[in-house]
Amino acid sequence: MKITDETITYVAALAKLDLSEEEKDRAKTDLENIISYMDTMNEIDTSNVEPMSHAFPMKNVFREDVVTNGADRENLLCNAPVQKEGCFIVPKTVE
Amino acid sequence: MKAYETVIGLEVHVELATKTKIFCGCTTEFGGAPNTHCCPVCTGMPGTLPVLNKKVVEFAVAAGLATNCTITQNCKFDRKNYFYPDLPKAYQVSQLYLPICRDGGIEIDVNGVKKVIGIHEIHMEEDAGKLVHDEWDDCTLVDYNRCGVPLIEIVSDPDMRSAEEVIAYLEKLKLILQYLGVSDCKMQEGSLRADVNLSVREMGASEFGTRTEMKNLNSFKAIARAIEGERKRQIEVIEYGKKIVQETRRWDDNKDTSFAMRSKEDAQDYRYFPEPDLVPIEISDAWLEEVRQRQPELRDEKMARYEKEYDIPEYDAALITSSKNVADLFEATVAICKKPKEVSNWLMVETMRLLKEHEMEPENIAFSPENLAKLIALIEAGSINRTVAKEVFEVVFTDNIDPESYVKEKGLLMVNDEGALRKTIEEIVAANPQSVEDYHNGKTKAMGFLVGQTMKAMKGKADPGMINQIVMELLQ
Amino acid sequence: MVMTESKLQEGTPMTALALSAKIKAGKVKVEDVVRQQLEVIKKEDATYHCYITVWEEEALKRAREVQAEIDAGQYADSPLAGVPIAIKDNICTKGQRTTCASKMLENFRPPYNAEVIDRLEAAGAVILGKVNMDEFAMGSTTETSYFGITKNPHGVEYVPGGSSGGAAAAVAAGEAVVALGSDTGGSIRQPSSFCGVTGIKPTYGTVSRYGLIAYASSLDQIGPIGNTVADCASVLEVIAGHDAKDSTSVPTESYSYTSALVNDVKGKKIGIPKGYLGKGLEEEVKTAILRAAKVLEEQGAIVEEFDLDIVDLAIPAYYVLASAEASSNLSRYDGVKYGYRTPDFESLQELYKKTRSEGFGQEVKRRMMIGAFVLSSGYYDAYYNKALRVKALIKEGFDRAFEKYDVILGPTAPTTALKIGENLADPLKMYLGDIYTVSVNLAGLPAISLPCGKDSKGLPIGLQLIGKPFGDKDIIQVAYTFEQNDTV
Repeated sequence: MKITDETITYVAALAKLDLSEEEKDRAKTDLENIISYMDTMNEIDTSNVEPMSHAFPMKNVFREDVVTNGADRENLLCNAPVQKEGCFIVPKTVE
Repeated sequence: MKAYETVIGLEVHVELATKTKIFCGCTTEFGGAPNTHCCPVCTGMPGTLPVLNKKVVEFAVAAGLATNCTITQNCKFDRKNYFYPDLPKAYQVSQLYLPICRDGGIEIDVNGVKKVIGIHEIHMEEDAGKLVHDEWDDCTLVDYNRCGVPLIEIVSDPDMRSAEEVIAYLEKLKLILQYLGVSDCKMQEGSLRADVNLSVREMGASEFGTRTEMKNLNSFKAIARAIEGERKRQIEVIEYGKKIVQETRRWDDNKDTSFAMRSKEDAQDYRYFPEPDLVPIEISDAWLEEVRQRQPELRDEKMARYEKEYDIPEYDAALITSSKNVADLFEATVAICKKPKEVSNWLMVETMRLLKEHEMEPENIAFSPENLAKLIALIEAGSINRTVAKEVFEVVFTDNIDPESYVKEKGLLMVNDEGALRKTIEEIVAANPQSVEDYHNGKTKAMGFLVGQTMKAMKGKADPGMINQIVMELLQ
Repeated sequence: MVMTESKLQEGTPMTALALSAKIKAGKVKVEDVVRQQLEVIKKEDATYHCYITVWEEEALKRAREVQAEIDAGQYADSPLAGVPIAIKDNICTKGQRTTCASKMLENFRPPYNAEVIDRLEAAGAVILGKVNMDEFAMGSTTETSYFGITKNPHGVEYVPGGSSGGAAAAVAAGEAVVALGSDTGGSIRQPSSFCGVTGIKPTYGTVSRYGLIAYASSLDQIGPIGNTVADCASVLEVIAGHDAKDSTSVPTESYSYTSALVNDVKGKKIGIPKGYLGKGLEEEVKTAILRAAKVLEEQGAIVEEFDLDIVDLAIPAYYVLASAEASSNLSRYDGVKYGYRTPDFESLQELYKKTRSEGFGQEVKRRMMIGAFVLSSGYYDAYYNKALRVKALIKEGFDRAFEKYDVILGPTAPTTALKIGENLADPLKMYLGDIYTVSVNLAGLPAISLPCGKDSKGLPIGLQLIGKPFGDKDIIQVAYTFEQNDTV
C-alpha cells in the first residue's frame, strides 16, 4: 500500500495532529512500512469468516434504571485546565 | 416554470424518559446548574466504562413495535468518532451496523387522505452536552448535563411530499411515543428534535434530486416554514441553471431563512467501529413478547374506550386523546369526580383556549387532576357560579392553585343567603322604577337589566337562578 | 532483613506471601517494611528509574493504618496485608497523579480509584507509588515514556521491556515486592521475561478494567507481576472478580487462584506450537524453552509439538485493532476537560491540534494515525474488518489446540532484553518482537511468563504458558510445578 502526502495530511487531520514537514516524511515512511505489513493479512482467505469483536460470547450486560450519582462538579472540574461558572471553556464555537 | 415535487425524509431524535442516562446512574432531569448532572462516566474521564441502561433497550423496542418495525434481536453499539466540545469522549456511542429496529412505518392522514410513511430504522445513542456562548469573554462554556441522556433516532424513508405530511407524521410519531411513555417529546426542551432532509425534482422524474439537511428546527411551525423556504430556494437554484449542493443548513426562524453551516474543517469521516466497551444485546423471543405484552393502550384504542366507558362523543374523545398528557389528566380527574362530560368540557374548551392564549403545548399543562376535580365539585355544590369558575380556572391553569382555598381567600364563594340577596334586589328594584314599569309594559328585557344590576352588586357571587326567581317574584 | 537488599544482590527475594506471614506473626511491623522499601527505592531508583511518583508519606501513613487494622484482627484471610506494591501509572488512583507516562496527563489526578485499587486496599496492601511505562502503554521497551527510560536491573544498558517496564523492573530491583501491570499485546509478559520476574495476563474479563486508562479496550487486561508464581496467584486472587462497572467483566465460578499452587503436572497435556520455535527465535532462548519443556515432561506432563495456524498474522491483526481502538480512546485528550492544554491558540481547531501535537509523543501519534487510517472511509473493510476476521481465525486455531492440550508452551519473546535505543528507530521491528504474545490478547486467553534461565549475556529468558479461556488456574499450576522443579 502506497501512502501519499494527501493520505498523511488526511489521517493527521482525522487524528487532530499538526505535523511538521519532517514528521510528515517520517510518518509517510513508517505508515507505508506498517500498512504494507498489515497487507500480509490478505494472504489468508477470510471470506467465510465472521468478524469477531469480542473474543468470547458475552451479551446482555445491563444496569437498572436507578439514579446512583449525585452532583459532584468540584471533582469533575478539578482537572480542567480552565473553567468558568462551573463550565469547561473552549474558544468560541459559533460562527 | 416547470412543476416540481418535494421529497422529504426526517431524522427525528427523541430523548427517552428514563430516570438515568444511557450508560451511568446520573439523572436525566432537564436543566440544573451546569455540570451537576454528570459523573466521570458520562464525561468520558480516562479509565471509565459504560454500562447499558436496560430501560433504554426496552423503550427502543417499544417504539419499534409501535411503529411496525422489525426488531433486530442481535444488535450492538458502534462508536462514531468526531471532535467537538459537546462530545467529551470525542466519540458518540451509537448504532450504525445493527440498529435495534428496522423497516417499519406509520400511517398518516392529511385531509382524509391516508398514506404510510416508511421508517428506515430506529437506533439508540447518547445525547451530547450543551455549548453556551459567552458574549463577554468571547468564548464558549461547556455543560455536560445533557451528555449521555439516552436518545433514539428515528430515520424515515424519503416518503413525504409536503409540509402537511411532515407535520402529520411528526404529530403521529409524537403521540405514539408519548402514549408509550417512551418520551415526553417536548420540543422546547429539546426532547424531540427533527432534522429535515429535502430535495426537489421535476414532477414525474424517477431519480431523487440532491438533498440538503436542515437543522435547528425548534417547533412544528418552524419546520413547516423551513420546508417551504428550502423548497423555494432549491427550485430557484435549479431554475437558475445551477446545481444543489449537498450540505447541512441551519434554519434561522427569526430571519425566516436558512444558511449553509460552515463546512467543518475536515471531511466527515466518522470512522465507525464496534464499541469494544459494550457487549452485544440479544433480545430473546421471550423478552420481545414481554415488551409486547406491556405495550400500553395507544390512541385509537383509548378513543374507542372513552366513547364506550365514559359515554362521551367521538369528537370529545378525539380531542382529549390528541395529547397523552390531556388524556391522562382526563382519566385522573374523572377518577376523582366521576363526571366525564364535565371534565371533558373543561379540557376541550377552557384548557384549549388558554393553551392557545399562552402559546403552550398540551404536554406543558401543569395543573393537577385534583385541582380540576375540586373546581368541578365547587360548581356542582353551587359554591361558585360558572363565571367565577372560569376566572378561578385561569389561575388553576397558570399556577395550579387549590381552588377551594383560593375561592375562600378571595371571597368568591357564592352568597346563598336568600335574605341578603332579597334585600339587595329589593333595593335595586326600588332604585329602578323605570325598569319595573317597562317590564309591566311588556318589555321583558328590563328584567334582564335588573338581574344584571344585581349580579354586579353581588360582584358575581350569586346564583343566577336564585336572582331570576326573586326578581320575578318582586316584579309580579 | 531481606528487604534492605535488592533481589539481584541478595539472590533470593522476599516474597509477598512470606512477608505477609511475618507481618501477621508480629515479627515485623508494616511501617518498618514500608520504610525499608522506600529506602531501597531511594537508593536504587536513581539507577533504574522505575517510579514516576513515589508515595512516600501516603505509604507510611497507610502502613500505620494497616498495622492497626492487622492488630485489630483484620485481614486474617488476606495474603497481601501490609505488602508493599507498585502500580503501573495507567491505573487510576484517586487524588494521586496518574500520568500514563505522558506529558498529556502529567498532572492528571483522577477523582476515582480503579476497581483493582479498591480491591488492593480492601486486602490491606500498601501502595508505594506509580511506576513507569511506555506512553499510554504503546511500546515494548518503556523508552517512549515522557518521564525518561527505565533500565533493566540485569544490565543498565538494556531496556526492561514494556510497556509495564517500570513494574517488572521494580520487582526485579527489589523496589517493590509485587506490582500491577497491564497487558494489551504482551505488556506484562514481555517485561517480566526481560527482567527475570513472573507476570500473569489473566483471561480477558477476569480483572475489572474500570479505572485502567484504555489503550485498546478489547485487549487490555490488568495483571500481577511478582517474584514467584505464588505471589502472582495471590495478587490475582485479590484483584480478580466480577465488577458491575465493567460490561466486559465476566463472572466466573472460582477466583481461588492460590488453590492451583499444586506441584503436579502428571498427565497434563502441553503443546508447543512449531511456529513458536521457528524463524526469528534466538537459539539460546529456544534451548531454554525446550529445556523447560523437558523439566515438565520429567514431572509427568505429556509434551508435544503441534501446528498452530497463522501465528504470523496475529501481529498485523493486532496492530490494526489496537491502533484503531487507541485512535478512538485517545481522542478525548483535547485540552478541555483534563490534562495538557497548549498555552497558545486562537481557534478551537488550533486548541485541539496544538494540544495533541505537543502533548503526545511520537509512538502514540504514529498509532493514532494508523488507527485513523484503518478505520477511514474506504479502508475499514480491508483493514479493520479483515483484522476482526483474522482474529476469529486465531481464536479458532487456539480452540482447536485446546481440544488436545491443557496448556500451550513457548517463549514469551524471541529475544532477551534489547539494548536501549536498539528498536526505537524502527517501529515495525519493535512490533515484530510481539509475535508470541499478541495472539493471546486477540483470543482473550490467560498466559503467564516466568523465568527459565539466562542467556550467555546473563539476561533472563521468559517461558510463556498459555491457557484456555478462564483456564488461568491451569497455567498457574504448570508454572508453579516448573518453578518448584527447575533446578537451574
